[in-house]
Amino acid sequence: MAKLTIDDLKKIKEKVHKEMSLRDGDRRVKVTVHMGTCGIASGAKEVMDTLLQEIEAAGASDVVATTSGCMGLCSREPLVTVEILNQEPIKYEYMNPNKMRQVFKRHILAGEIQTPFVLAKGAEVIK
Amino acid sequence: MLELAEHILDIAENSIRAGAGTVEIVINEDSAKDLLTIEINDNGSGMTKEEIKKVEDPFYTTKTVRRVGLGIPLLADAAKMAGGSLRLKSAKGKGTKLTATFALSHLDRQPMGNITTTMLTLIAGNSGVDFIYKHRHSDRRFTLDTRQIRKEIEDVPINHPEIIKYIRGVIDEGLREIKPTA
Repeated sequence: MAKLTIDDLKKIKEKVHKEMSLRDGDRRVKVTVHMGTCGIASGAKEVMDTLLQEIEAAGASDVVATTSGCMGLCSREPLVTVEILNQEPIKYEYMNPNKMRQVFKRHILAGEIQTPFVLAKGAEVIK
Repeated sequence: MLELAEHILDIAENSIRAGAGTVEIVINEDSAKDLLTIEINDNGSGMTKEEIKKVEDPFYTTKTVRRVGLGIPLLADAAKMAGGSLRLKSAKGKGTKLTATFALSHLDRQPMGNITTTMLTLIAGNSGVDFIYKHRHSDRRFTLDTRQIRKEIEDVPINHPEIIKYIRGVIDEGLREIKPTA
């Protein structure tokens, strides 16, 4: 494999600029993988990596993956929150790479909430 | 946690929650000295002397959603089990420097695990934070600095799938060159 250089990065920038000028929408979906100690110990890193690979493979630049801290439901980790623009957030529990792939393909891309993995609907209130 | 890369991710996430804008991760594998050193430096909010005293107490946390704080105690335990130690330097308002050491060949030392996915999780998941990742293996070195990448890509977000793919390739390539053994 040829060595990756700064020139490769410049080419990527130009390619992305062209794509951006063709598209008016920005970020459609935000996916948060909860990355507290409990989440990491339960496999949240593998879940996040699967998500990043799925986004890469689908070229889904309107999906942003982010991390957050522990929300206090340590026994339900790994937890993933999917927020689609103008829809209520969906929290998925006990996630793993296979479930993440399914949620990405069926919920994030096709809009079908994967009910068997859902913990809650809506945003949590932290006191 | 069974891999050092997971501990690194956990501690770096702490740095980010402490408001750090830059997090530096330095891994040094010194085969001659049989020493593995992991350093995590941040410019976050830092800790008071009182807080530093309590960091290895698993029942101390600054969080309000739960009553335990296991990240640092778990890493301290992993270091001690492998003939090493954990040191913490911090000043309120200035940042924190955590150093964990391990005997490289110790039977009970946890494997490094997948450091590439740790770095990608940090970079993609915290696009507003800069990361400097330095990995030395004896006389071979690899450095990744997101500040340099940001300079080149200008207004393209660092967590854009194409940029993440590039960073994944750069880290994998860099690690192949330095041939880490941890």
